[in-house]
Amino acid sequence: MTTVVEIASAVCLIAGSSLSLIAAIGLLRFPDLLSRMHAGTKPQVLGLLLILVGVGLRLRDWTDLGMLLAVAMFQLLTAPVSAHMIGRAAYRHDAVRADTLVVDELTPTLDDVGKG
Amino acid sequence: MSSPETPGAVPKRRRRLQWPILVWLTVVWALLWGDFSVANIAAGLVVALVVVVVFPLPPIVFGGKVRPVGLLRLIGRFVVDLIVASGQVARQALSIGRPPMSAVIQVDLRSRSDLYLTLTAELLSLVPGSLVVEVRRSTSTLFLHVLGVHDEADVERARRDALVQEERVVRALASDEELAAYRRAREGDPR
Repeated sequence: MTTVVEIASAVCLIAGSSLSLIAAIGLLRFPDLLSRMHAGTKPQVLGLLLILVGVGLRLRDWTDLGMLLAVAMFQLLTAPVSAHMIGRAAYRHDAVRADTLVVDELTPTLDDVGKG
Repeated sequence: MSSPETPGAVPKRRRRLQWPILVWLTVVWALLWGDFSVANIAAGLVVALVVVVVFPLPPIVFGGKVRPVGLLRLIGRFVVDLIVASGQVARQALSIGRPPMSAVIQVDLRSRSDLYLTLTAELLSLVPGSLVVEVRRSTSTLFLHVLGVHDEADVERARRDALVQEERVVRALASDEELAAYRRAREGDPR
């Protein structure tokens, strides 16, 4: 039984850290700011959750599990907010590259009301 | 709609003590200390009280009810989406050749509620290839940046996915009247 838990924990830890690594690679390789935000918010959220599960399986202590739960919760609550704030600021400062967009339905709307 | 506020108006900051937030902050305090002793919880309560009194928040209007089946479906689908999203973005990050194209699309949500708007935006930001770059509260409109878009069909699919996400949120939390209003809004909207 212990071996099974240890293996599950190891799998979670390795998968989680691989996802975080891929997120870092994506951050470097994607062409523009908004695409990079995807790399920042997606694999990294699941990556962190997997690492937390892996750590939780190893520790098996209620106090530590409470802490891990708090980390997971705050990650899920705050990641979209920070991504949104950066994306929004980028839009309003013309830091968005138009050549990577197939469709852009926001710029005309923003021009209507004026930027700011 | 059960919300008494007009959609555009920001609800007044309440003077009354907000009990749920007080309890929540105390729980977070205890979790962070990892200590559920009486003394620690009392200390947390004092800190929470100061935070609630000094920084009052506008109340969240929640006139709905929690529907267990809808909530399970929402959470289950979210976990699946999260895994699929991570796989897709990972593949795009590692693929050799041209970097993925993307699009910024406008999605007019059908419900008129701050809570559902926020939840839908949060969930959309966490799942497959979408990121909320702009929100119009007055019209419940989200502007999404979608990664890995090649043509018009992908754009329409992303728009549909966002509306389906909203539908799951509403079906998990809305009251009967809100659900009826939502259905009417959906019938008036062919997408």
